[in-house]
Amino acid sequence: MNAWFHPLVLITFLPLFGLALLLLLDGRNERSLRWVALLTSLVTFGLAVWALLLDRQGALTELSLPWLRLGRLAVRFHLGADGISLLMVLLTTFLMPLALLSTWTAVQGERLKGFLALFLLLEVGMNGVFLALDLVLFYIFWEFTLVPMIFLIAIWGGERRIYAALKFFLYTMVGSVLLLVGILFVGLQVGSFDLPALIQNRAAFAGAQTVLFLAFGLAFAIKVPLWPLHSWLPDAHVEAPTAGSVILAGVLLKMGAYGFLRFNLPLFPQASQQLAPWMAGLAVVGILYGAGVAFAQKDWKKLVAYSSVSHLGFVMLGIFALTPQAVSGAVLQMVNHGLSTGALFLLVGMLYERRHTRELAAFGGLWKVLPVLSALALIVTLSSLAVPGLNGFVGEFNILAGAFNASALGSVWFAGLGTVGVILAAAYLLKMFEKVFLGPLVHEENRSLADLNIREVLTLLPIVVLVVAIGIYPQPIFDLISPAVERLLMLAAQP
Amino acid sequence: MSDTQLAWVVWAVLLPLGGIVVNLVVGRRLGEKGIGAVASLAAAGSFAVSGLLALALLQHPEGGIYRLATWFNLGSLAVDWSFRVDTLSVTMMLVVSGVGTLIHIYSIGYMHADVRHNGDPQRFRRFFIYLNLFVAAMLLLVSANNFLVLFVGWEGVGLCSYLLIGFWFEKGEGGLGNARAAKKAFIVNRVGDFGLLIAIFLMIGAFGTLDFDGVFAQAAQAAPALLVAITLFMLLGVTGKSAQLPLFVWLPDAMAGPTPVSALIHAATMVTAGVYLVARSQALFLPVPQAQAAVTWVGGLTALFAATIALGQYDIKKVLAYSTISQLGFMVAAVGMGAAVAGIFHLVTHAFFKALLFLAAGSVILGLEHGHEHAGEGHDPFDPQDMRQMGGLRKRMPLTFAVYLVGALALAGVAPLAGFFSKDEILVAASERFPVVFGLLLAAAFLTAFYMGRQLILVFFGEPRSKAAHHAGESRPLVTMPLVVLAVFSALGGALNLPGLHSLEHWLEHSLVGVKEGHFVWAVALGSLAVALLGLGLAWLVYGRRAPTEQDALARPLGPLYRAFERKWWVDEFYRLVLLRPLGWLAQVLAGPVDLGLINSLGDGLGQGSQLSANWLRKLQNGLVRSYALVVMVGVVAMFAYLLWVR
Amino acid sequence: MTITYYLALSVILFTLGAVGVLVRRNAIVIFMSLELMFNAANLVFVAYAAYYQLINSQLFVFFVMTVAAAEVAVGLALMVAIFRTKHSIDVDQMSALKG
Repeated sequence: MNAWFHPLVLITFLPLFGLALLLLLDGRNERSLRWVALLTSLVTFGLAVWALLLDRQGALTELSLPWLRLGRLAVRFHLGADGISLLMVLLTTFLMPLALLSTWTAVQGERLKGFLALFLLLEVGMNGVFLALDLVLFYIFWEFTLVPMIFLIAIWGGERRIYAALKFFLYTMVGSVLLLVGILFVGLQVGSFDLPALIQNRAAFAGAQTVLFLAFGLAFAIKVPLWPLHSWLPDAHVEAPTAGSVILAGVLLKMGAYGFLRFNLPLFPQASQQLAPWMAGLAVVGILYGAGVAFAQKDWKKLVAYSSVSHLGFVMLGIFALTPQAVSGAVLQMVNHGLSTGALFLLVGMLYERRHTRELAAFGGLWKVLPVLSALALIVTLSSLAVPGLNGFVGEFNILAGAFNASALGSVWFAGLGTVGVILAAAYLLKMFEKVFLGPLVHEENRSLADLNIREVLTLLPIVVLVVAIGIYPQPIFDLISPAVERLLMLAAQP
Repeated sequence: MSDTQLAWVVWAVLLPLGGIVVNLVVGRRLGEKGIGAVASLAAAGSFAVSGLLALALLQHPEGGIYRLATWFNLGSLAVDWSFRVDTLSVTMMLVVSGVGTLIHIYSIGYMHADVRHNGDPQRFRRFFIYLNLFVAAMLLLVSANNFLVLFVGWEGVGLCSYLLIGFWFEKGEGGLGNARAAKKAFIVNRVGDFGLLIAIFLMIGAFGTLDFDGVFAQAAQAAPALLVAITLFMLLGVTGKSAQLPLFVWLPDAMAGPTPVSALIHAATMVTAGVYLVARSQALFLPVPQAQAAVTWVGGLTALFAATIALGQYDIKKVLAYSTISQLGFMVAAVGMGAAVAGIFHLVTHAFFKALLFLAAGSVILGLEHGHEHAGEGHDPFDPQDMRQMGGLRKRMPLTFAVYLVGALALAGVAPLAGFFSKDEILVAASERFPVVFGLLLAAAFLTAFYMGRQLILVFFGEPRSKAAHHAGESRPLVTMPLVVLAVFSALGGALNLPGLHSLEHWLEHSLVGVKEGHFVWAVALGSLAVALLGLGLAWLVYGRRAPTEQDALARPLGPLYRAFERKWWVDEFYRLVLLRPLGWLAQVLAGPVDLGLINSLGDGLGQGSQLSANWLRKLQNGLVRSYALVVMVGVVAMFAYLLWVR
Repeated sequence: MTITYYLALSVILFTLGAVGVLVRRNAIVIFMSLELMFNAANLVFVAYAAYYQLINSQLFVFFVMTVAAAEVAVGLALMVAIFRTKHSIDVDQMSALKG
């Protein structure tokens, strides 16, 4: 297939085409700007679905072209997708249109073009991260996602946006620097940065595995975020504009977990096994700590931000249990968290548009006034709570069940304490729901709020449908990711 | 049983779900009667399905399994949406859907008044959607063929109780009382769910499957320590869902929900899920007598503990709530000691008379609210549930009184009403296996009769103690008719398992393990009857002969003991002090000094550190050429020294 | 005649020049000290040239002298320009690049 029309290339770079169109348009024509961006993201989603269908037929090939030559080092332009990558790309391209749809009335004026352009750039970076199979290419895309996000926070963010953007930048950079050193070391040892070649020749750097695991892992752990490297998340989430928060929580955080799965496990198997209990321990601390701190929050967005720390603790626990059940549960939970937390941020944004505050105390009794919004919020909250029948339960259950019986962890305490997180999640999520939607209507300003309009319903409905569907019938997703998960675990198990 | 017959079981769950869809889509146009009819028909449909399954089981008592679809299959664990049709599950289904349908019908009349009383007629539809969802979830729970689908139903009914307790979410103490009660129910239940989850994880590790047949078959060879772990964690789940010590605290608060909710969820069905779980899992308990003892003791202690609290309550529903906890204690003790048939028998009869009592209490409350408005005191604060405001309702609400009497006597265990037979079987089993628990249960039975007598007298006898009671009137047929049906069942329900016939036992034998032949012991039977009559008689002596005063008649004789009963032994306060406050404080500390302070300073500290070192390094740039020249000089000398002497 | 005496003299001259560069504040004096350093280096070159009969060393002296001359020319031009603004050639006062 001609390289330009390879589905993976199209998925990654089509948003650039949309970007070009945007740049050509007049900045004052807000409608066409929005529609161009939305259509671009929808077409990209369509392409992702096409790629999925190709994969089901076994017809989705990789694209590996020689690219750069640095002396005896070769960097290849290598894009490829297995089940996990495809799932992540689907998640990304699914959330993008919804995030863009949510900005229809939230972002206006002359800066709209820049806003939408940055989003499209972000999509390029994210898709590239999940599809790149060459370390340098991966690193390029990894850094690439940083720039639009920082500008989005710094320009369209809340009050403390500069602080938040800077913090986000510095934290991520610290990790990235070590990641780069690790990449260079590994590449120099083997002579290539191509992932399959590295996996095959991983004996070349097997002696320095632990250090390399930590070097790679620091960048990923900061991104996830793994306790105690999470401090950038609350600020970034709170200060980012709604659509930014949705993408940040929905996709960017998953890049960290994905990095662990794609690189750390196959490249550094022994280190992964040895450090698994430590990583799982930090993950469990994150679960409980995130839940506890979320409970004490007064700012709604901050509460959801800390809940992300808690949820991604589950994901990390699942990954480092190193069993097929737990890892599959973790990958599913990556999708679940993207959906439910993305939806929560959308809801926060919708209420923010109406009341211009995120303080929990400013709400109360909203169910009387906004029944549709409240009902959808309830479903999303329950999904976050991992109520059986919805998507969150399938992920969390498999993670905990897998971790409970995992030999890599060697103790049931990890999963046992993680299960306590289930109780704590009920505490802070129900407190959140009660403070906003239940109780009497104390503030008069809330009485005249308008319920969801068609656009807002359209933004939330696809997520809610998926939430229920995945809860009842998650097997298609498990079928998609099983081969990839098994292959990764097989690579991680060999010495 | 043929596959087509087995497939019916799915309809039992799907019909109420269908009711929800219909009500969601066209509910507004149907009007209240229509909405109620749709929901009740859906529940009745489930009952019909259960009945058909029961009939089919009469031919093929061994039952069968129906697999609907795969839920998820991860290689090491495969879980299907599969259903089990056997005598135990169908018995539960009949009770749930039968009592459920009656309560649906009752709710049409009750909620018609309630939504107007609370000022939001639009919310009528939502009630029936939640009610249908609850029935669907409970039916899923009892018809599940593996522990995970059971868990879906288990948490599903927990969710529905959250929605229904908090139905009037803007009302209650301080506007938030109902919402808080709902939250409490959910979270306390979640603590129990934690236990059940751990038990499930242990089962996966040990047995590799969650299907009932698979688990129970392997249970016999499993290590006792493992079984003890599984069963004890399961017990934690049971104490949560079935409101036993120490997780019973949500049930009394749950009375904040509308009365039909209390009847359905907390008396007749949801709380019995724990009893069902232990009955179903007898194969796990029988090999480990220590676990059985634990369950039995929890049940016995709870039975007595809750009965004492019921003595001190003034709210008509709270008395019934603690009575429920106490009776659940009986059931849990029964299934704990291996008398699963007795436990299920009591579950069924208790469903009849407790639902009856709650619904009748609802009728009383409605009557009082009516009377309150009639008396022209519509806007004065008035608690229609306070028994101290009642009295003399025997003459004003004769039908309600009659059915309430039947229910109360059945609960007290007066022969030949249903409660006598079922309670008696439990007592017989206890007297043989756990004599001390027998004593606890006997004492609880005495107190049961006593507090029910107290309630009857305070509510129905004597003179009306408030204007509302004076003006109270009987409720409409839509409300009273289900009461009559339940009264009939409460009276005749003993026929299910009469001594000698043991019909229920023979029915359940096909699904339960370890069923021993039940037998009738005259001593125990007469003893329990005597205890019941003694309790009722004593209640008459204490309360019946003089007009009630401000203070309860028992308050002075019992003194501080009565305070303890009244204040529920300060359990909630204890939990608040020992658990909630420290945890809340911990959350504040984590969010404040630890997260914002310590961990944040990792990042902020890095920034500040860079600034400090930069400031320090800056001093080198002092702008003086001479110092720069000096540095150059020193550097050159150092280089030469290195080259000359080190290399 | 050992070369040591010449080298010793050269070292002394160099040191004197270096100290002068570091200690004196007047720009002209610094230049003079620099010249001293240059000439000390020249002395070393010439001494070795005579001792080893090398022509290369003698050639190098020319290079040094040329560089010295050029550098002094530029330096004095800088001094004149600075004097126009600062009215002083005290090196300590030219600290505008202080960070």
